[in-house]
Amino acid sequence: MSENILELRDVKTHFPIHTGFLTRKQTGAVKAVDGVTLSVRQGEVLGLVGESGCGKSTLARTILQLVPTTAGAVILNGRNLGEATRTELKACRRDLQMIFQDPYASLNPRMTVFATLAEPLLVHGICGPSAVQAHVDELMRIVGLAPRFAQKYPHEFSGGQRQRIAIARALALKPKIIVADEPVSALDVSIQAQILNLLAQLCREMNLSLVFIAHDLSVVRHISDRVAVMYLGKIVELGPAADVIDRPRHPYTRALVSAIPVPNPSIERSRQRIVLAGDPPSPINPPAGCAFHPRCPYAIARCREAVPALVSAGPGREAACIRLADLP
Amino acid sequence: MADADSLNLPMPLLTVTDLRTYFHTRNGLYRAVDGVSFSVERGETLGIVGESGSGKSVTCYSIMGLIPQPPGRIESGSAMFDGVDLLRCTPKVARSIRGKRVSMIFQDPMTSLNPYLRVSEQLIEPLLIHEKVTKKEALVRALAMMEAVGINDAASRIHFYPHEFSGGMRQRVMIAMALVTKPELLIADEPTTALDVTVQAQILDLIRKLQRELGMAVIFVTHDLGVVAGLCDRVQVMYGGRIMETADAMALFHSPLHPYTGALQRSIPALQPKGKELFTIQGLPPDVSKPIPGCAFAERCGYAAAVCTAARPELAEAAPGHFHACVRVRAGEISLADAPQP
Repeated sequence: MSENILELRDVKTHFPIHTGFLTRKQTGAVKAVDGVTLSVRQGEVLGLVGESGCGKSTLARTILQLVPTTAGAVILNGRNLGEATRTELKACRRDLQMIFQDPYASLNPRMTVFATLAEPLLVHGICGPSAVQAHVDELMRIVGLAPRFAQKYPHEFSGGQRQRIAIARALALKPKIIVADEPVSALDVSIQAQILNLLAQLCREMNLSLVFIAHDLSVVRHISDRVAVMYLGKIVELGPAADVIDRPRHPYTRALVSAIPVPNPSIERSRQRIVLAGDPPSPINPPAGCAFHPRCPYAIARCREAVPALVSAGPGREAACIRLADLP
Repeated sequence: MADADSLNLPMPLLTVTDLRTYFHTRNGLYRAVDGVSFSVERGETLGIVGESGSGKSVTCYSIMGLIPQPPGRIESGSAMFDGVDLLRCTPKVARSIRGKRVSMIFQDPMTSLNPYLRVSEQLIEPLLIHEKVTKKEALVRALAMMEAVGINDAASRIHFYPHEFSGGMRQRVMIAMALVTKPELLIADEPTTALDVTVQAQILDLIRKLQRELGMAVIFVTHDLGVVAGLCDRVQVMYGGRIMETADAMALFHSPLHPYTGALQRSIPALQPKGKELFTIQGLPPDVSKPIPGCAFAERCGYAAAVCTAARPELAEAAPGHFHACVRVRAGEISLADAPQP
């Protein structure tokens, strides 16, 4: 049960910036993911939260090797994906699937639901052409779509239904782990709840691991076992979901939690809020030391000196802040 | 007589009556807004909440005269702003009000600023058009507005292009542009939806502060009930192009009357215990291309009965200022207070 299915060891993904036309030189790099160490256990839902530009989507793409890692290792089931050959990688991808944010863009508009779901089955030789129909029907039933819709095209479905198709496609190869990049952000509240219930049920029934990326903390708190908070390419806090969100330790997590409006006017109008000044800094030229120090209300001179490491902050919890002990 | 009336009973700043905005498309007639009536008092904040396709944005666009015609058409209704019907007045009168006394900010600050013009030129444009001021004077006022919306180093950044600002800063520029003429009514169409939560908190604080200073009324359109809870005096819930319930914010959150409001509130993950199955509203939003004879929510409503699909329910006042459009609640057959609380 508690075996690690996915491990990230000090993963860095940098995108080089070139200048010059004839003599192209690398003058810098966007450090989208800058030293992330994480592990996901079998059957666990790991939530990954952060603001836009913090590198959470790049991390998702790095896990799937859709972008090359600059340094570090992505280890799936004991195998380093960075060192795998193309054929080996294809075999690994059976165990590792992804669901994207926008179900309008991630489904091929010229393929029917049947064609979309049959393709991975045939490419990976899960079943022969004769058995495909039965497999597709089964997949559609799992995600709550009637198999009679199999010959329809994506544009004939609503956003929530399209996201169900995307989930069915990810499940086609019976993966061990799914990376879902903001799977409910484009959906309305009432539809969002349906998709969250479906994902939670699938994880439970299939003992599936899920890396669930979102910027909505209440959604993450609901679905995740553990949550990792990212800021500017690094993880600043990690721990059991309800603990981290109800009792955040790192100043950034505190501000993030505090910024979420509470849907209850009596509470919302009387509570103390931390409103951060400014915007997140640029990942091309991150501030020295702790990347959060220019916006941090608790920053001291020492915060500028060294990048803080993740240290233990209670049972099962870690946070990257040198002032943890001094904070109120 | 109008004077006597306004002395005894102050007229609302904006009164929208029976607004119907339909879109005539190749695939049929879409009833985006289907008989909406509401009013906004001076200095008040009205929240309009609803899912996508509920007609909340089209309502605002209709008031501002931004509906592309064709395919859109305002079939009926009026929008009285301080004695002038915005939907029927001459274009010249409309121009003297829109952008001057009523202004609007949009969801996406990237696409609603002109990328080819410096921010300074966009900021002074409403002043040059509506108030006979010199360019120099306008620039001074634009600069003061930039500072008021919290842009540091405004004197030099006013000459930047929109792409040189971050998303949150761009939304501040938009707000500065909308408020530079000191409007009496600001219509904000999901102004924080595209922003991060920490930046959203800054923008909401800013709108609150400027509203206090300028004493303007605000119509705030959003799908986020949390934002509404902190900002709005009164809230109006829309579904399928119609108003389902409208009430004081406290009353709406603490004692909702309409089943849709209740369901919407119950589907927010933050209010539900962790690990439990989330409450969901079954089914899909209504297809507004077909006429809906009864209640728009009847198809998905857990309390629906034959009476719900028979005739269209009208908004009725249940308590002072608290209106809802549910026939069964009005008849006393159901009450949300009895429903199992999440």
